[in-house]
Amino acid sequence: MYDAQWRDYMPYVSPNDPCPPIRVKWYIVPPNQFITFQPMNLPQYSLEEALRRGTLWPALYSPYPSRRSAKGGKGNG
Amino acid sequence: MWIYEKKLQYPVRVSKCDPRMARYLVEQYGGADGELSAALRYLNQRYTIPDKVIGLLTDIGTEEFAHLEMIATMIYKLTKDATPEQLEVAGLGANFVSHDGAMFYNNAAGVPWTASYIGTKGDPIADLYEDIAAEEKARATYQWLIDFTDDVDLQDSLRFLREREIIHSLRFKEAVEILKVDRDQKKVY
Repeated sequence: MYDAQWRDYMPYVSPNDPCPPIRVKWYIVPPNQFITFQPMNLPQYSLEEALRRGTLWPALYSPYPSRRSAKGGKGNG
Repeated sequence: MWIYEKKLQYPVRVSKCDPRMARYLVEQYGGADGELSAALRYLNQRYTIPDKVIGLLTDIGTEEFAHLEMIATMIYKLTKDATPEQLEVAGLGANFVSHDGAMFYNNAAGVPWTASYIGTKGDPIADLYEDIAAEEKARATYQWLIDFTDDVDLQDSLRFLREREIIHSLRFKEAVEILKVDRDQKKVY
């Protein structure tokens, strides 16, 4: 479900590029961009879960997979 | 006045000997969008911002110091047992010559921290937008740091810090909304 936070675009690829092209590039848009003022009484994580995730609010959680070996800017998971 | 709790906001565990990563983490220690800049930016702006949002700047500015402590802990753990030779291989030779094993407030490229990193215009809306931008830039820096290590324990702490930037950004956006409200037009039910 968190895949919905990712956007992609296809940069121009020249036949003269020296390196193998990355055809699709990805970037993340975190959920704070869609909330102007957080509504009251949203669901909450348990306190332990909230500490682990860094937020009390599922509506604001944004996972980030490492792109250490990913080509094109999006990791798996 | 502050009350100090002698523990980290979130645990920092480093499971891999990787002084190379310390060099890059320094970006969040003494870089333009790092935790020192963030803490000082908010704690400075709060004197000249409308009363309703002073508390928010105090709270977030304080939390940024807790994050600074976590970054310092990561850097320390990654470098404390390295020989000068290993530090040089990790790209920290210049830091060693200048500071031995001590940390210093500079960015990952070695540029010393400067007060111009703290945006303060004195205009409440301008300052809050500066803060929102700073949070999103810090979030991005954490993403690139997560991309730069395969140490899952280090990634875990960095992901916590990244999520906090997302929350802070939203809180600053809410502060803008609070300041935008026109009292004469406010509906009272």
